Amino acid sequence: MRAPRLRTAAAVAAVAALALAAAGCASKRDPDASSNKPEKLVFGVAGDPKTLDPALASDGESFRVARQVYETLVQPEAGTAKIIPGLATEFKPDSTGLVWTFKLKQGVKFHDGTDFNAEAVCFNFNRWFNFKGLLQSPDVSSYWQDIWGGYAKNEDPKLLPSLFKSCTAKDASTVEIATTKVSSKLPAALALPSFSIASPKALQEFKADEVGGAADNVTYPDYSMKHPTGTGAYKFVEWDRPSKVVKLTRNDAYHGQKAKIKDLFFQTISDLDARKQALRSGTIQGYDLVAPQDVKVLKGEGFNVLTRPAFNILYLAMNQSGHPALANPKVRQAIAYAIDRKAIVDSKYPDGSSVAINFHPSSLEGYNENVTKYEFDTAKAKSLLAEAGFASGLTLKFGYPTEVTRPYMPDPKGIFELMKTNLEAAGIKIEPVALKWSPDYLNKMSSGNDHHLHLLGWTGDYGDAYNFIGTFFDRQKDEWGFNNPQLFAKFAEADKEADLQKRYALYKELNKMLLDFLPGVPIAHGPPSLVLAKNVTGVKASPLTDERYYTAEYTN
Amino acid sequence: MFRFIVRRLLQLIPTLLGLSLLLFVWLHRLPGGPETALLGERGTPETRAMVRHQLGLDQPLWVQYGRFMKRLLTGDFGNSIDTKQPVMQEFFDRFPGTVELTIAALIFAIGIGIPLGYLAARRRASWLDNLSVGGSLVAVCVPIFFLGYLVKQLFAVNLGWFPPAGRQDVTINSTHVTNFYVLDGILTGEWDAAWDAIMHLVLPGLTLASVPLAIIVRITRASVLEVLGEDYVRTARAKGLTERRIRGRHILRNAMLPVVTVLGLLTGGLLSGAVLTETVFAFTGIGLFIRQSISNLDYPVLMGFIMIIALIYVLVNLLVDISYSLIDPRVRVR
Repeated sequence: MRAPRLRTAAAVAAVAALALAAAGCASKRDPDASSNKPEKLVFGVAGDPKTLDPALASDGESFRVARQVYETLVQPEAGTAKIIPGLATEFKPDSTGLVWTFKLKQGVKFHDGTDFNAEAVCFNFNRWFNFKGLLQSPDVSSYWQDIWGGYAKNEDPKLLPSLFKSCTAKDASTVEIATTKVSSKLPAALALPSFSIASPKALQEFKADEVGGAADNVTYPDYSMKHPTGTGAYKFVEWDRPSKVVKLTRNDAYHGQKAKIKDLFFQTISDLDARKQALRSGTIQGYDLVAPQDVKVLKGEGFNVLTRPAFNILYLAMNQSGHPALANPKVRQAIAYAIDRKAIVDSKYPDGSSVAINFHPSSLEGYNENVTKYEFDTAKAKSLLAEAGFASGLTLKFGYPTEVTRPYMPDPKGIFELMKTNLEAAGIKIEPVALKWSPDYLNKMSSGNDHHLHLLGWTGDYGDAYNFIGTFFDRQKDEWGFNNPQLFAKFAEADKEADLQKRYALYKELNKMLLDFLPGVPIAHGPPSLVLAKNVTGVKASPLTDERYYTAEYTN
Repeated sequence: MFRFIVRRLLQLIPTLLGLSLLLFVWLHRLPGGPETALLGERGTPETRAMVRHQLGLDQPLWVQYGRFMKRLLTGDFGNSIDTKQPVMQEFFDRFPGTVELTIAALIFAIGIGIPLGYLAARRRASWLDNLSVGGSLVAVCVPIFFLGYLVKQLFAVNLGWFPPAGRQDVTINSTHVTNFYVLDGILTGEWDAAWDAIMHLVLPGLTLASVPLAIIVRITRASVLEVLGEDYVRTARAKGLTERRIRGRHILRNAMLPVVTVLGLLTGGLLSGAVLTETVFAFTGIGLFIRQSISNLDYPVLMGFIMIIALIYVLVNLLVDISYSLIDPRVRVR
């Protein structure tokens, strides 16, 4: 009987020894790996890019790569939403506001060695303007449609006429872009990565426009998967799709300050906890979308948590066609007074968040302090409800999304519950409507009439207030269910005002009108955060999530 | 034997046809659609309708099904709505990862499970027996995502022995030939890359192995206990055979039949376990991709992947049936 027991022990010991040997090897390897780290930075991201051709992208992950590889005519100043020169050193509209002249930076080369010049700029604009077939799908060229409306030849009658008229190369370093009407979107929208200037040679060589397949079977061309070619501080190396990593390397011929870290990797780790553990274990040197509750913890551990200035808003929408009571301004005011927004921000949002009093962040021109603020006042809410004829009570459906967090909405259910308590204290009974964020919630709240109150928000694309308030309120929408021609006319007036100062004054007026009319209640601005390893510095958090990594460096 | 295999393969056709029809109707009956996932909060009812139209989702179901089947007959599952890449390519980009993970899990499950179950049975009521029975109960009960998180926190973050996520250190220079990273490393002589890929398999492999390991321990133990009491074992001992020969020929070989049956089913189960394990370890296999495709309602991917997985499941079970006849010649006669 003795021998088998010994054998048991021997087997257990062997397994243990193997495990230890493996572990030993692993820990021996680590110093090796970290000794060459200073030339490499791995940044963890939540999702894969959809495409590397920014003209066909609308998602943050595609843009993150594009911002390193490409450049735009104008760009946001590092860390702010203010527009500064990019590939264009100067830019200004003519007296009519219809024609913009851009003076281009000279001596700039694309990664394939070809020259960046006025012709290249016009080649890009003409490419976008002449998109055909599937390239006209709002899913494919979504930002072109958002900013410029339609194309040279609209294939869908629902598309708007194009705002873009023509692009002319006056000389090698001067470009004139003509528009069909004056628009608030220029010049700020040109900083969007979708309007990055790509090498015409690469676009042609790798057939950038050959989006193939049938209607239900779209495929992207080689250019957008394997050959993005811009002028940025990093050059594209490889998108290893099976390993979910995009590899970039320093552009040694860059026209500006060259990247300090040679190799930059964006690795997709979709699970938030997995990103956090990868950072702590040192396999990645940073990640985006830090959970609000992790901000303090990671800071405490010594990581560089960078909080972006909030460039978003959460609002409570009130659908005036959904319930007759909501068409009554007094009821809407009562709801605004009933909600304790400060308590919501204090308990549900990370440091650096603020209560919203306009429908856009205060960093944008046109922000108006002097609007009706609807400070928390349950008694006032009750009396307004009584005046409106609902003293005996009112029942409203209240929608909130599940399985989602957004920087502007870190805890939808928690926020909903606080509001429900507030509203019920004022005498409004709430019927919760909890739906899965995508697709159910978004579909239901933005179409039809079967919704009363709901939470929704927006993260800005570019530094102009119209991108917030215009997107929400410049025309009749099912989300809000009102028709206010006076308001819509004011928006149209602001949109086509070429003089920036006059336009900002109109935005101020609009903000005042909006808070008097009160189609919804602005709730909060929540700053999203990213985190970098303890020894990585030099990255500036941008309200537009426009972080450039060529300034990143390792310190001791 | 040959006829048996051909007959089993022919049975696949109606099975897969029926499955495709069921899946198609079921997936397309789900509320919402990929257009919202594509457009997010930026979509308006108009742009959503436009995208639906372009994806062909506004056509009657039978038209869509017809188009799907027509392509399927040419071996084309269509393209992912989300990534716009051919479904087959997406599958074969990721499948090697899941296969590696499954193999790692099977190695852990079999390599530890069978010896442990055997020893537990031979040393019945000993500390080892109690430990393995108790341990297997715990292993079956702990949800994979929780176990994965704990294992990662301990071995990757606190101890730093193994990497916490991914299939390979992305900063390592490695050439991918087959997309089986361990194999690729060996083929190209990049031992560093191969070793790194193996290291990346340890934690997810162990996590995924937890449930099958526990089941194998228990079944092996029960099965060995049963065989131990059989007359032929007593006869073998009486004949004076060596203990090693009795163990190899008479006990283990007979005790293995139920274990092999379960293995076939467990391998299928590993594929579903891979969805969770891959998510927790950001391990880039098909599981992770399926999970994303569900939230995007990416019909072509879901249809294609589920069909291929069903095919694999059926084939694995066929292999199990064939392996019976190798272990137990009596099965061949029937």
